[in-house]
Amino acid sequence: MEPSLETLRDLHRRMLRIRLFEEAAGRLFEGNKMPGFLHLYVGQEAVASGVCVAMREDDQVSSTHRGHGHLVAKGGDLSKMMAELMGKADGYCNGKGGSMHICDLDLNMLGANGIVGGGAPIAVGAGFANKYRGNDTVSVAFFGDGSTNIGAFHEATNMAAALQLPVLFVCENNEYGEYTPRHKVMAINDVVDRAAGYGIPGVIVDGMDAIAVYEAAMEGLARARAGDGPTFIEAKTYRYYNHHGVQTLGMKYRTDEEVEEWKKKDCIEAFEKRVTEAGLITADELASTRADIQAEVDAAVEFGENSPMPDVSTLLTDVYTEMA
Amino acid sequence: MSATETAPAGTAAADPGERELTYLGAFNEAMFQLMRQDEDIFVAGEDVGVQGGVFGSFKGLAEEFGDRRCVDTPIAEQAIVGLGIGAAVAGLRPVVDLMFMDFVMVAMDQIANQAAKLKYMFGGKAELPLTITTNGGAGLSAAAQHSQSLEAMLCHVPGLKVVMPSSPYDLKGLMVACVRDNNPTIIVKNKRMFGSTGPVPEELYEIPLGVANVVREGADITVVAYGRMVEESAKAAKRLSEEQGIECEIVDPRTVQPLDTETIVASAKKTNRIVVVHEAVRFGGLGAEIAAQVQEEAFDYLDAPVGRIAAPFSPIPFSPGLEGHYVPNAKRISAGILETLGRPVPGA
Ligand SMILES: Cc1ncc(C[n+]2csc(CCOP(=O)(O)OP(=O)(O)O)c2C)c(N)n1
Ligand SMILES: [Mg+2]
Repeated sequence: MEPSLETLRDLHRRMLRIRLFEEAAGRLFEGNKMPGFLHLYVGQEAVASGVCVAMREDDQVSSTHRGHGHLVAKGGDLSKMMAELMGKADGYCNGKGGSMHICDLDLNMLGANGIVGGGAPIAVGAGFANKYRGNDTVSVAFFGDGSTNIGAFHEATNMAAALQLPVLFVCENNEYGEYTPRHKVMAINDVVDRAAGYGIPGVIVDGMDAIAVYEAAMEGLARARAGDGPTFIEAKTYRYYNHHGVQTLGMKYRTDEEVEEWKKKDCIEAFEKRVTEAGLITADELASTRADIQAEVDAAVEFGENSPMPDVSTLLTDVYTEMA
Repeated sequence: MSATETAPAGTAAADPGERELTYLGAFNEAMFQLMRQDEDIFVAGEDVGVQGGVFGSFKGLAEEFGDRRCVDTPIAEQAIVGLGIGAAVAGLRPVVDLMFMDFVMVAMDQIANQAAKLKYMFGGKAELPLTITTNGGAGLSAAAQHSQSLEAMLCHVPGLKVVMPSSPYDLKGLMVACVRDNNPTIIVKNKRMFGSTGPVPEELYEIPLGVANVVREGADITVVAYGRMVEESAKAAKRLSEEQGIECEIVDPRTVQPLDTETIVASAKKTNRIVVVHEAVRFGGLGAEIAAQVQEEAFDYLDAPVGRIAAPFSPIPFSPGLEGHYVPNAKRISAGILETLGRPVPGA
């Protein structure tokens, strides 16, 4: 399915919103304005954007420790996100969750997750609820290559396949789990090989190409909506920053050359080149989109900085739902 | 192991002038020395090889011992612990690492249903010289899934030994004891103590499991604390001594399973008042167990109910603005001590 001009604009906007948000978050982290762990999504923007543009608003997402990109792509409010990352009262989780637990249930984004493998079973549950209700909503599980080595992932995928649930499994294969290269911890070259073992269709896409991801997601979502069960997409991609924090080069576990090679395939640069060369979107328009988003990000930073720390009185709230 | 074998107070801190190491350095040195001594010891876990562990606990081991004895595993906590169990039953002496104590919950079947019970279920026929290493504790804005202190859950399972070292010296000696123990042991480093330094002998030494350490002697009240709470309690004790002449006796059980009740009870009988401090949630925590044991064995000696200073009943919040009020600190410990002493608490 050829993406429309509107779709192209949407892909570009979402990728750029993620990129500029993450770069700003990284700078705050470096300046010690962001407590805790920060797992940046930069480099992988085409995956979340391609999938989320293909999704409907009512479709759900479960995410990972690297979850900001998924929330931004789902339409997340950058101000509430920035405030949450800073641990402020006006953040998405009122400062209780932070980067690793950021969520927006109104946008059907069921949360980032601090436990590797923790998200996929939750997407399966949402898919079950969709099927149970008889609607045609689909849930999407985003997860890393490394997470496909944990039991919860296998249990969830097999269950979705066995129960023919409307779930789209999206593996973001960035070739590393923390500091360990993928080939050391699995004996297959393509994560998608696992799909056959569950009896579900699997496809590999270039995770640096938002249009390719979008098209694959459209197919998988349509299959799920039609009641034909789950699909597994493996998106080959790369994270520019270290597993956590803002260092990019000089790491023991990967070469600088490798980082530079991947950056040459940058999803946003490649996309902009493609659409301008095809005469679909002008360079001026792209630049003005960028300026708009940068202004939105700057406002988000300001919002976060001006937001107060949560009040101590909230420490023990939200543990349970009050029953009448 | 009886409390009379406990080294007298102060001996845990070895000779002044002795070489100092960080908490992590002490652990790392124990690993090197143990692995050099015993070919059957290997370590397996996520990022323990080339990276030397995400916190540096296993730094350099891969270089010296290679990937045969220092094994980077897939992200698979159940299988990591299972690998340790199987290898132990087959005669090796595994050290397996769970990056964060929270991930104990991911591996709980292998820990609680398998490792803890094999020997008993097999009529005593299995031997499990397995050590699980992990990192616990809050205070780093790591939020609800990377900050927990889950020792009470582990202590509740017969068959496991649970170790919570409070200093570099203790960490090295207790780690050696864990690895040499023929039972499944879980040793929990505290993430906020990685950089704290203290004297550590260069030679390999062992601190027996199940033997408390009287960290500070005092006549007025007993403070039972373990892990990082020992340091916080010591700060509180120092201030109370200087400002109000109150002398706390700090007892660090060092292992919470087995628990050296004898030393704790002896101290309570001496001071007649006792509080327990831990980072873990108060409800169902070690404080409840210790309070129960103390009232069973020293009821007539107590001048006040056993106090508990611990985390409140909620998951651990991310924001420093909230977490700062969640984890017990010297100030809250002082307040708890004063309350148990029936003295006015400033600001209360
Ligand atoms: C159960 C569990 N084990 C280990 C970790 C520590 N950890 C956090 S992210 C990560 C690597 C995940 O790799 P992958 O799934 O490929 O995602 P990526 O970081 O590459 O996006 C690990 C080991 C965790 N959070 N949860
Ligand atoms: Mg990965």
